[in-house]
Amino acid sequence: MMHTAPIAINEEERAADTTLLLGFWIYLMTDFVLFASLFAVYAVLHGNTAGGPGSHEIFSAPFVLIETLILLASSFSCGLALIAAREGNAKGTMVLLGFTAALGALFVGLEVNEFVHLALAGEGWWQSGFLSAYFTLVGTHGLHVSIGLLWLFALIVSIGRAGLSRSNLRKIAMLTFFWHFLDIVWIFIFTIVYMMGLL
Amino acid sequence: MSLSSFIFGKLALSVFPDSPIALGGGIFMVAMVLFVLGLITYKGAWPWLWKEYLTSLDPKKIGVMYIAVALIMLIRGGSDALLMRVQQATSVGNSQGILSSEHFQQIFSAHGSIMIFFVAMGVMFGLINLVVPLQIGARDVAFPFLNSFSFWLFAFGAVLVNLSLILGDFSTAGWLSYPPLSELQYSPTVGVDYWLWSLQISGLGSLLSGVNFIATILMKRCKGMTPMKMPMFTWTVLGAMSLVVAAFPILTVTLALLALDRTVGMHFFTAGAGGNMMMYVNLIWAWGHPEVYILVLPAFGVFSEIVPVLSGKKLAGYTSMVFSIWAIVFFSFVVWLHHFFTMGAGADVNAAFGIATMVIAIPTGVKIFNWLFTMYKGRIRFLSPMLWFMGFVVLFTLGGMTGVMLAEPAADFQLHNSLFLVAHFHTMIVSGVLFGYFAGIVYWFPKLFGFSLSEGLGKAAFWFWTIGFILAFGPLYFLGFMGATRRLDHYDASLGWQPLFEVAAIGAVLIAIGFVIQVVQILLSFRNREKLAVGSDPWNARTLEWSISSPPPAYNFKQLPVVAERDAFWTHKQISAALQYEPLANIVMPKNSASGILIAGCAFLFAFGFVWHLWWLVALGLLGGVVFVLKRTFDTDTEETLLASTL
Repeated sequence: MMHTAPIAINEEERAADTTLLLGFWIYLMTDFVLFASLFAVYAVLHGNTAGGPGSHEIFSAPFVLIETLILLASSFSCGLALIAAREGNAKGTMVLLGFTAALGALFVGLEVNEFVHLALAGEGWWQSGFLSAYFTLVGTHGLHVSIGLLWLFALIVSIGRAGLSRSNLRKIAMLTFFWHFLDIVWIFIFTIVYMMGLL
Repeated sequence: MSLSSFIFGKLALSVFPDSPIALGGGIFMVAMVLFVLGLITYKGAWPWLWKEYLTSLDPKKIGVMYIAVALIMLIRGGSDALLMRVQQATSVGNSQGILSSEHFQQIFSAHGSIMIFFVAMGVMFGLINLVVPLQIGARDVAFPFLNSFSFWLFAFGAVLVNLSLILGDFSTAGWLSYPPLSELQYSPTVGVDYWLWSLQISGLGSLLSGVNFIATILMKRCKGMTPMKMPMFTWTVLGAMSLVVAAFPILTVTLALLALDRTVGMHFFTAGAGGNMMMYVNLIWAWGHPEVYILVLPAFGVFSEIVPVLSGKKLAGYTSMVFSIWAIVFFSFVVWLHHFFTMGAGADVNAAFGIATMVIAIPTGVKIFNWLFTMYKGRIRFLSPMLWFMGFVVLFTLGGMTGVMLAEPAADFQLHNSLFLVAHFHTMIVSGVLFGYFAGIVYWFPKLFGFSLSEGLGKAAFWFWTIGFILAFGPLYFLGFMGATRRLDHYDASLGWQPLFEVAAIGAVLIAIGFVIQVVQILLSFRNREKLAVGSDPWNARTLEWSISSPPPAYNFKQLPVVAERDAFWTHKQISAALQYEPLANIVMPKNSASGILIAGCAFLFAFGFVWHLWWLVALGLLGGVVFVLKRTFDTDTEETLLASTL
């Protein structure tokens, strides 16, 4: 399936592609509302430390910067994977998606490490409204990235089986949407939770 | 953690209900379920049921299943209502009535939750499934499999909420479970968890349906049907589904945060440790207010179809109807604070929300007047859908005016949490939403089944419902003014409230008779289906669904229609040119799939595990869900092609 010529598709199939991507977009918008609600909750509870630590005491700027760079790099390789797929390069797509997954896994690993570290230091989610909101907002993003990892894994297997079939091309496009979406959410987390929390 | 607490979680022998009424209800439900399952087995109907309905991806079948589940839940919610009415009519002075306080609280919590989430939402998605694809000249929804999955999430949510009848108890914290009462400290049993998780999974189904129907309406319309040529029901569904995708994620978050508080000890809404209770109330109503418009917009859509057809005229003010939908969609997001003016946000905030609330009456009024203008000088046929409309238009307008009264913050401080409020929102939901859906069921029933519902019984049901409604809720307005608060399980005889509560109880009984008549109506009409058989267009209607056979084939349209104008089918019947068809071609249809049931079933196990702290079951549900999703993803054999030559 290397470098096959673009498959001729009829109008009906093109409409089906558009419908699928539109549907996925609408789903992503609902996810945006979900995160917006969590951001609102975080904003309300940010100062409610109830005698526990505040954001200054628990965040570390260099650590978050590394996390951010890893996630942004994964988004870059995800974009490259889409380009490779459009060029009909199945092997390249799989490698780049694998690279994306590796960076995503590293990101989730760092986040889990941070959470465990905080919890062991007695600064867990049960301490205060602020910590509940922090763990939930950042954790929900991490959960999304983890689901994305599962999806990446399934997609690589699927490309290995069926090559760059129409169905797989659609899925790559949707996954790219999803991954960039998580990047955008993270930029908000980086700014609102970490940067504003450290200022 | 000991081994037995790992295996059984919070389950113990004491989870079975102990009060005679709760136990009776539980036994009755179990007996009914066993009876139905036994009947299906006895008739050997499982293969037929499995193939024709349970695994079907046909929106017409899914719509029927939605309405069937919703009507069963209406029996449950209605029984709760009758018990409450009996309790309030008898629990005066020395008499304590038939229910304990604790049980009464469970019943009003269950009544509200069930009626909104499992009756109103169920009938709404049922009607949307039945009508929208037909009306826009499509063969299917945008995502047929997703549609089946959404339905099964809804159905399993309904199963979970009913399980509380026999295992453990239900929430006593009201239909919206305000904290801190709903927090673990004050509601230590599984009741609130049942509430949380049954709403969470059915809410997820609603959210996915919202995505599905927006994509359907935007992408699957037949050729020539530009937005301003769409039928009005489809417009209202587009408005309602836009509200669903914008509002339901807020519900998902709110429920998840309360579950986190209760399950892992977080502090979002707790009374101490930095929680904020009023944030819950804000969040839940930021979803909850749009929710009432989600329910009522499609009911408006039903009337916008029925009134023109049964008046023999086109809908008056089509453009203003469309704009009023979007005005309602917008304003429904900026009024949520009127549910708690008494929070004390300050006079300026209350005034802003009060004014926004009153403004909503304007687009709603536009709709009322347009329906009346449609009837004006029309040749009106007073058939039962029209009767439901006329009952609606009187009661809904009165209820709307009491809403404008409540929108006045100063008045609201007096009326807040009184029976006046209860009477107000029941007027909106029963005579607005429910009457509209009943009219829709009667109106579209012949299309789906090929025979119409008995008209005499339909009219009788209407009169029982309407008179019963006025008797049941009229007194509550007065009681509210007299100071009766909502959710009272007992009051002092000297207050003089008992006669009015007795009238309300009589009204509730009349409503129950009306519902029984409707059930009989369906059964009798089914028996007389040959006498009641109808052709493709029994109402002399205007929209595309009436241009094809009743019942329609699975693929709806053999050739997809091409329309030139609004109400093309109507014009086509006058001058035969407005409706044309695409050339005959092969039809690709989705194959049946059991994955919807399986994935939603895993969500059910996951939720049940959370309710009872059965962590192994949570893990099993999660794992099963992932496996079945992946299985469906890798399934390439999901469609079949019907050759044009065989049609």
